[in-house]
Amino acid sequence: MALEQAGVPSVAVHTHVFARLAQSTARAAGMPRTRQCFVPQPVVDVSAETLRGYIEGTDPVSKKPFMQGIVEGLTKPLDDEDLKGLSFERSTPRLLAPASEDDLQRLFIENNWTDFMPVILPTEERVAAMLKGTSHPPDKVVGRMRPTNFREAWELTVEKVAVNAVMAGCKPEYLPVVLAHAASNISARSSSTTSLAMNTVVNGPIRNEIGMSSGIGAMGPYNHANVTIGRAYNLLSINGQGGSVPGDTYMGTLGNAYNYSATFAEAEERSPWQPFHVQQGFKPTDSTVSIFFGGRYTSSGFGPRDTWKEKFVRCITAGDHNQPPLIVMDPLVARLFVELGFDTKEKLSAWCAENAVMPAREYWDDQWVQTLTLPLAVAGVEPHASKLKAPPDQLVPLYEPHEISIVVVGGETQGAFRMIGGRYTKAATVSVDAWR
Amino acid sequence: MPELLTVHDPRGYPPKVTGKRLAARPDSLNGKNLYLVDCLFDNSEVFMDQLQRWFATHLPAVNTKVIKPRESWVDDPEMRAKIEADGDAAILGVGL
Repeated sequence: MALEQAGVPSVAVHTHVFARLAQSTARAAGMPRTRQCFVPQPVVDVSAETLRGYIEGTDPVSKKPFMQGIVEGLTKPLDDEDLKGLSFERSTPRLLAPASEDDLQRLFIENNWTDFMPVILPTEERVAAMLKGTSHPPDKVVGRMRPTNFREAWELTVEKVAVNAVMAGCKPEYLPVVLAHAASNISARSSSTTSLAMNTVVNGPIRNEIGMSSGIGAMGPYNHANVTIGRAYNLLSINGQGGSVPGDTYMGTLGNAYNYSATFAEAEERSPWQPFHVQQGFKPTDSTVSIFFGGRYTSSGFGPRDTWKEKFVRCITAGDHNQPPLIVMDPLVARLFVELGFDTKEKLSAWCAENAVMPAREYWDDQWVQTLTLPLAVAGVEPHASKLKAPPDQLVPLYEPHEISIVVVGGETQGAFRMIGGRYTKAATVSVDAWR
Repeated sequence: MPELLTVHDPRGYPPKVTGKRLAARPDSLNGKNLYLVDCLFDNSEVFMDQLQRWFATHLPAVNTKVIKPRESWVDDPEMRAKIEADGDAAILGVGL
């Protein structure tokens, strides 16, 4: 669209399953008449001959020859509608029209405002009570969210976050933690075809103040604060960004169960290592939320047993090649790693980065490494450029040490660990104290 | 008669949409520079190669050039500047 504005006639080509998404994105960008042509899905993993067939075939959306659409899109004179563009004000009301509880529950489901579980209806009284959980005014802007970086960002106020916290079943004292999630500007409901989800970790005194769990079942539905905060993050992402609707604002082909709720506290008091937020430069007395991006894979194990090294390497290399792991482990496991000489998380992350290797040809034969990493390698950005130069059978590391995160959690009923797809970036740790 | 409840709308606030005009179209692509923008999605390079071959066969008077941004899904001002400088039209894909 930037090219059109600069005076260069353009046509965008998409696969047909993205027709609704592409058209609604163009409308929201104020250019609803953007010329778009469509080829069948998939483009990935098909031969040049198949792609040539798409080009010489019919656009599955317009039902016209694909190349006719391309040539007409670039040369057909514009009409009045094209020249006008489309400006419009959109808004959402503060309150909905009064209705019965049954009708409102139905309305929320029909409008895709929920996770399809019953919600607590956000009455004025409940939202007012929730707002007592923070000192910030209701109209203060907390953050902006969007389902993907080529769509427009919507704005979330303290009141809108409180509304979604009520819907999720939160208590007012949880609100600062929910607000910190919103302030991350990271949506828990990306529209990615890869079915992304976020795992979030709470550190610092707030964990105990609001009764979060870092013990038995902390990562499952066994603690009110953990579950409702994680659910609130997902609901505020759905509603704060203007939707997470299949075929329009959500394209995850498989979906992801972490999208219900995936928030837990680190077992700081029982961990032999620094808490995660202290690793990121916060003080132990600070309260924070850290967001781990991905959630596409989960592997598990127990130990560390004699062959833990082989197991760790298998787990890390079995996951996506471009989604480093968030390693969660019970305190029993963490203490045994200390006995093995890993007296800091950083040492274990460094060992994982050094030893989780695979042949270069396998590393590069990955859709997302091809799409996201290869262009950087070609541009000479390290460490990707060196991996690209490696002969096909040379072993290359998947990740850098700082990309592999470790969080201690669990009830010490079992020496269990898991590796979950969870890319972490520094900006993804947000202060909870700023939202008290 | 069930009790009527007044509840909040849970949605955030969308930005105002400002209309943008499309660029004027040329009468024909003959003799024009047409950039084929490979958006770097896996296999889009092969798609753009096939598209370039199609033009070479069916509309050989069109001067096609394949160009790539530096990264996937990240605006590349340098690439855009190049297209704006000597491009008459562009096809972008396959981005989604």
